Amino acid sequence: MADPKKEFDWFDKPTSRKLLWWVLWITCGITVVAELFIHRHPHFGIDGWFNFYSILGFVGCAAMILTAKALGVYLKRSEDYYGEPDEDTPSKDIDGNAS
Amino acid sequence: METLANIPPSFLLFAGAIVTVLLKGTRRNIFLVALPILTFIHIAYLPSGNGLRVCFLPGFGDSELLRVDKLSKAFGYIFTLNAAAALLFAFYVKKAIQHTAALIYIGSALGVIFAGDLITLYINWEMMAVSSTFVILARDTAKAKCAAFRYVMVHIFGGLLLLAGIVMTVSKGGSIAFDSFDYANANLGTWMILGGFLVNAAAPGVSAWLSDAYPEASVTGGVILSAYTTKTAVYVLLRSFHGWEPLIWIGCAMTVFGIIYALLENDMRRILAYSIINQVGFMVCAAGIGTNMAISGATAHAFCHIIYKSLLWMSAGAVLYRTGKSRCTELGGLYKTMPLTLLFGTIGALAISAVPLTSGFTSKTIIIAAAEHEHLLWPWIVLELASAGVFLHAGIKFPYFVFFNQDRGLRPKEAPGTMLWAMGILSFLCIYLGIRPKALYDILPYTVDYQAYTTSHLVTQMQLLMFSALVFFLFLPMLKRTPTIVLDTDWFYRKGGQFFYSTCDICLNGINKIAHKTLIAGATKKLCYFAKEGPANLLTLILTPFWEISGNSMDQREKLREDIRENMRKGVFPIGITACLSVLLIAVLFFF
Repeated sequence: MADPKKEFDWFDKPTSRKLLWWVLWITCGITVVAELFIHRHPHFGIDGWFNFYSILGFVGCAAMILTAKALGVYLKRSEDYYGEPDEDTPSKDIDGNAS
Repeated sequence: METLANIPPSFLLFAGAIVTVLLKGTRRNIFLVALPILTFIHIAYLPSGNGLRVCFLPGFGDSELLRVDKLSKAFGYIFTLNAAAALLFAFYVKKAIQHTAALIYIGSALGVIFAGDLITLYINWEMMAVSSTFVILARDTAKAKCAAFRYVMVHIFGGLLLLAGIVMTVSKGGSIAFDSFDYANANLGTWMILGGFLVNAAAPGVSAWLSDAYPEASVTGGVILSAYTTKTAVYVLLRSFHGWEPLIWIGCAMTVFGIIYALLENDMRRILAYSIINQVGFMVCAAGIGTNMAISGATAHAFCHIIYKSLLWMSAGAVLYRTGKSRCTELGGLYKTMPLTLLFGTIGALAISAVPLTSGFTSKTIIIAAAEHEHLLWPWIVLELASAGVFLHAGIKFPYFVFFNQDRGLRPKEAPGTMLWAMGILSFLCIYLGIRPKALYDILPYTVDYQAYTTSHLVTQMQLLMFSALVFFLFLPMLKRTPTIVLDTDWFYRKGGQFFYSTCDICLNGINKIAHKTLIAGATKKLCYFAKEGPANLLTLILTPFWEISGNSMDQREKLREDIRENMRKGVFPIGITACLSVLLIAVLFFF
């Protein structure tokens, strides 16, 4: 019998994660195939290419992540870089409710 | 009724700010929620046209405190609606000071929206800067104080640009009326006004105040701040700089800049701050396009953006309130104990990503369609790319790293009831405006002939979003968070300030040290020694040959020297020696 107090941890399970991966791939596949059944009105020419938006989404996002990663080498610094005090604020103190 | 129609909505909130101080407890909280709702109703009943005029600066013409049209009304509606939700969210706050500052801040934002002239606009503009600084200071931490100081300095700079621009425009024979500026006849004054507006719009190069200060504000402060400063800037750009081509490119740069930085960031509220820059970029770009469709699109987007961005700041705020943490490296697995916060946060994340059935899909896409209608290929590509990127950083990254990812063992309670209610209301609006956008389209400044829900649009939008989601999960190892900060343009004044301070320290204190060494410790000491020992040594030098001739021994001479020194110290000499020295002095004076 399942423990009633056991917390909900479905997303932590490897089987669930595997299932979500499948859902993602299948949804991507459906959007690709769906283009065969629609009639589009491209404005610029290139947006008339088959699966232009899928390619734009994939290549564009990959390029942005790689750019961010490359820039991170130069732009990331440790948290005390500016030498400001970093007090650990207890949650009850936020908004000054504790005082 | 006529008197009521002449009351600027900002006055209601200013009066409310005073009343807030007098009230206490739940009564105050209820009043705070009711006041923006009353202001909303007041705005709804304001007749279009010009209202209250006062002569503030004789010679400049009348100041117009109330100018009502569809554009100002649309912004007025969302400003007050958001204020009601944010103050419901803030039901738990016990200190009045934050609410007072917030009401003056929101009131002055409304003052800008309904201003019919540049002087009224400028006064409200500066009031916004000052009152929002107090909203940041309300967090009452050392970091918040430092951030608030930098924030107000940048806004003073922006305000001075605006003031200089207004003065130059008026001195060249222009009127103080706040209307559109002509791009073809632009002069230094109008460019400076644009510069002042762009500081508040967080344009590239002057955007760091936003990502620096907003995340340091309190839980409620962040929610309130996220809505007004940048959107007021969008409003003034839409009204007075529509069709200015440079804004298209500035907007495009903002959309990409926001994404790249949000991807690099570790703090959840700083991710949302960069996401504001990204979203405002769409609106600035629309102002640059300047067509009726673009202006209506930007207004619709600003309306929906304020709702879902507040919702995202609320969900992040609820997490911060319960856990006291805001770094992605310290958060994770919160879906187990904060499911409702997750649900509402996810609705906000889906809406910002323009997922069909949410408000982002029915508003942001109008701007993209406007770029398409004007055949602006590159801006259109950048905006589409930015739409995909939004899903990447705000749509997935924020909820994933905060609520899922790695379980850090945090088991906080669900957010308080009023917070959930506020988030629930905004979530409802996100979905309602996504399904029934007509209610929104009816209040836009220009009639919109736009149909978001076509099969073609649905498929292409889902292609864009799903493949961006695929990239996120495929590249997840590269997106692993690190406990770091990212350098932004605030580096120039933060490190520049430190450099200036240490340079002044080295230069000025160096001069001081050298002056001390040479003058105080060196020359003065020597002068003092000379004044003290000089006459005795001189006298000894003169008398030594006489002592030698007199046949005094070494010991006797030494004793005589000591006697002279002692007499010098005490200032007592035999009369003969004094007379001799006097003669010597007179001789010196005589010859030289």
